[in-house]
Amino acid sequence: MKTDTIAAIATGMTHSGIGIIRISGDEAISVADQIFRAAAKNIKLENVESHTIHYGFIYDNENVLDEVMVSVMKAPRSFTTEDTVEVNCHGGILMMNRILELVIKKGARLAQPGEFTKRAFLNGRIDLSKAEAVMDVISSKNELALKSSVSQLRGSVFSVIKKLREEIIYEIAFIESALDDPEHISLDGYTEKLTKKVDTLLNNINQMIISADNGKIIKEGINTVIVGKPNAGKSSLLNILAGEEKAIVTDVAGTTRDILEENIKLHGIGLNIIDTAGIRSTEDVVEKLGVEKAKKYALNADLIIYVVDSSVDFDESDYEILELIQDKKCIVLLNKTDLNAKVTEIDLKEKLKDGTVIIKTSTKENIGIEEFENTVKDMFLKGGISGNDEIMITNMRHKEALLEAFESLNQVKRSLLDDMPEDFYSIDLMSAYASLGTIIGEEVGEDLVNEIFSKFCMGK
Amino acid sequence: MSLKCNGIREKVDVCVVGAGHAGCEAALACARLGLETVIFTVSVDSIALMPCNPNIGGSSKGHLVRELDALGGEMGKVIDKTFIQSKMLNVSKGPAVHSLRAQADKADYTRTMRKILENQEHLTVKQAEVCELLWENISDEDKKEKLATKRITGVKTFTGAVYECKAVILCTGTYLKARCLCGEAITQTGPNGLQAANYLTDSLLHMGIEIRRFKTGTPARMDKRSIDFSKMEEQVGDEKVVPFSFSTNPEDVQIDQVSCYLTYTNEKTHEIIRANLDRSPLFAGVIEGTGPRYCPSIEDKVVKFADKDRHQVFIEPEGLHTNEMYVGGMSSSLPEDVQLAMYRTVPGLENCKIVRNAYAIEYDCINPMQLYPTLGFKDVEGLYSGGQFNGSSGYEEAAAQGLIAGINASMFIKGKEALVLDRSEAYIGVLIDDLVTKESFEPYRMMTSRAEYRLLLRQDNADLRLREKGYQVGLISKEQYEHVLEKKRLIKEEIERLKNVSIGAAKTNQEFLERHGSSTLKTGTNLAELMCRPELNYKLLEELDPERIKLPEDVINQVEIEIKYEGYIERQLRQVNQFKKMEKKSIPETLNYDDVPSLRLEARQKLKAFHPVSIGQASRISGVSPADISVLLVYLEQFNRAVQQNK
Repeated sequence: MKTDTIAAIATGMTHSGIGIIRISGDEAISVADQIFRAAAKNIKLENVESHTIHYGFIYDNENVLDEVMVSVMKAPRSFTTEDTVEVNCHGGILMMNRILELVIKKGARLAQPGEFTKRAFLNGRIDLSKAEAVMDVISSKNELALKSSVSQLRGSVFSVIKKLREEIIYEIAFIESALDDPEHISLDGYTEKLTKKVDTLLNNINQMIISADNGKIIKEGINTVIVGKPNAGKSSLLNILAGEEKAIVTDVAGTTRDILEENIKLHGIGLNIIDTAGIRSTEDVVEKLGVEKAKKYALNADLIIYVVDSSVDFDESDYEILELIQDKKCIVLLNKTDLNAKVTEIDLKEKLKDGTVIIKTSTKENIGIEEFENTVKDMFLKGGISGNDEIMITNMRHKEALLEAFESLNQVKRSLLDDMPEDFYSIDLMSAYASLGTIIGEEVGEDLVNEIFSKFCMGK
Repeated sequence: MSLKCNGIREKVDVCVVGAGHAGCEAALACARLGLETVIFTVSVDSIALMPCNPNIGGSSKGHLVRELDALGGEMGKVIDKTFIQSKMLNVSKGPAVHSLRAQADKADYTRTMRKILENQEHLTVKQAEVCELLWENISDEDKKEKLATKRITGVKTFTGAVYECKAVILCTGTYLKARCLCGEAITQTGPNGLQAANYLTDSLLHMGIEIRRFKTGTPARMDKRSIDFSKMEEQVGDEKVVPFSFSTNPEDVQIDQVSCYLTYTNEKTHEIIRANLDRSPLFAGVIEGTGPRYCPSIEDKVVKFADKDRHQVFIEPEGLHTNEMYVGGMSSSLPEDVQLAMYRTVPGLENCKIVRNAYAIEYDCINPMQLYPTLGFKDVEGLYSGGQFNGSSGYEEAAAQGLIAGINASMFIKGKEALVLDRSEAYIGVLIDDLVTKESFEPYRMMTSRAEYRLLLRQDNADLRLREKGYQVGLISKEQYEHVLEKKRLIKEEIERLKNVSIGAAKTNQEFLERHGSSTLKTGTNLAELMCRPELNYKLLEELDPERIKLPEDVINQVEIEIKYEGYIERQLRQVNQFKKMEKKSIPETLNYDDVPSLRLEARQKLKAFHPVSIGQASRISGVSPADISVLLVYLEQFNRAVQQNK
């Protein structure tokens, strides 16, 4: 079972030089001791003085993860007034995430939004006059987390979790109806059936945990939308970036009629790239819909890649696009430099906001792509564009819930192996059900009672 | 409306309205705690009536009775004296779901309970219909930090007699504006054709109490002589009967038992039902009340579970001195002619004669969210309620609430702290918390799945959990309490001892293990460790345990459970610790939720309407999120600090 020791990344989820992971609660120090090995021999954090800092390494089993400084603040002399450990690690989202995950694996739980502040207040550390601000932080942060939690979930993940939960609650309802009405419903031969079921469930959840590690369960990354006139080479760009044929590329303008979406990593930065239909006035109903959608996506983008076909003249559609990208972070690709230029870099510069980056490319000849990738990286690291912090946290929250569900099902398995009576299984099945529910924002409520009565006929 | 006061004016401490299972427990508790109590019933002959199934206990309900007994209630003792068959259910499953169920001799049960009531000091039994509650408004300066705006002052009967009192406990069961339906034949009566109580509802509505309408039903009773038992499976009781009450001597319950019988419905039965659905008041829409899903009528089962080709039917005796048999599993509101045709399709019932028809009953009850966990009304000081009136169902659920309502009415009058059991302490706690916290639109029945800490809430340890509380309240004698303390001591010492008896790899030990199909030892261990092995138990290990002293069986039973399931039990204990933290954070009754910033609108509305007593209870209200709870915690801290500063 998880202790009530909480952990989170205290610095933002940015590519700063240093990142801090904060752990607070009764077991903060023992959790840290499990993953930290001091450079100086024989130092255990549980034995050190309060308010001291120690140099050493974070280990995941026998692998060194990072070189860190760890400070220990013992209760009550800390922000939360609880035992607190802060791991100063190297910045970078990936490293901070891995260390945080490790901390959670060792028994801390991911802090709820605003929870450190809440604890600080409840433990008398924050002035009474700040109470209102504290409440505001808690409610707004939770609102945001809740929103991103469900909205960031991929549709397919949502339905898989829903299905897993349905399967679990069915088994619980079966066991429970047999316990409540043993003369009507028998559990003979049930354990073999349940063993198989639990194996399948464990397998499915394990798959999801792996996907979570690959960032595949949430729509992670910077929302990037490729816009441009038809046949400017947008789909070719997507294919190059994705490293495979995702979009159908032809010489016929208007081939991409709907939206294509792809997650890619550029130098470790996640981009959620959306290829859109070329923008032009058209009578074709399907294409028209595509154009409308493209405009909508562009409005919500973190970053727009505007692909300009340098081999054709600037026209009305281009002006329409310019208006669309006015207030957006944008990189302009002057494409098809392998052909005769009708639009030059100088022409473009006049029409764009000052400082807009223009890169000459040829998607056909793979020219300028590297420069483009570097530009994206720079913009991200210098803070020109940023993904949402919440997304990373959401991913971790989901993973934590998946791991909890996995552990609960494992406990069911152990109970099955130990030949425990059936009523023990449903307790842990219920925990798994509840954990999975947190991912899709659903509580347990009266689910079980409803399931029992709708699926099993009971009664005097 | 009732007549005006006829001049009779009596002064007592408590008035209990209704003498069913809730009313009996409530009245006995009050009287035993020294309060002058009157219990009203529309018919003295219907005291502790069992108008439906002829049994007490069953899965999770058995737990309620054991807990009730541990606290000083009466039901367990009475059923121990009047049962005619007994079974421990679920014995092949874990100890947490073992549950006692006994067939009662209904008439004997009623008679026995009546005698106890009649002979109880401080208690008066009165046949009268209570029509009106008497109350006064609480003045503002008197209000202090309470929610209540009214205070109970007494009751008035149909004949105009007034009973002034300090507390009223409403246990009206299914009698309020009761209506019985048997097909097209509808009567305005309570169960068994007894007189309904048609006036009290209006008085409650007048006080601003929210009323609901629920429905339940019961199957037909048959003449034993018309049943062919040779076509049914005989169901016998346990060879060794375990009593319900911790005070009953186990030797006294080893009696000759009677049998029940099992048979099944078939396609023919279902055909008749389907062909006559239009004549069922339930399906024709004549019934307005909401019925319970857990004891559906046979027509309900046939419609909802159309794929099932048969349903079980249990034929159970109603008593030793009657030929009536209860037809469990086939409650119905179909017309008499359809009932007869339907019952006669069941093997063994081909020539059956119906003594009493099956019927459905509708009645008024309250939305129990108007109650505190003490079972007192939030808005009316001194008014308590229990049983089906609170939207529950079942004799055991009723009795449990009756006892708690009785205790708390008494504590209120004596100015002592109320008895509230939480979800980690008792099934009774789960029952009451669910009733007063979670919106439910059907009669509530206890189920073991509703108890999240059920490994701790076993029927076998109800005395260890609750005797002390019963003693503190004053319903359990010092002697009974000391007996439990001694039992606790013996259990603790024996567990300690077993953990400390080392077992080495000596040849005799290995031989012992081999003999019992248990793997041999590679390193030394102790007796407790060995007991955890599924194939071994306390009794078998006697061979390796020469220093063992003889202990009572109930002590051995506890030792065995606590050792065998230690890991699971500890896990639940840790969860309980977390749970208790939130339960202990109480919320001032008059907290103004409009003053709490940052609450979501839905949560604010729910909290305002509900007024939870603790953060724990608030967190169980649907529509209140964990973030709202955090906000509330911070607000309360601010509130409390401000109060302290002002001091």
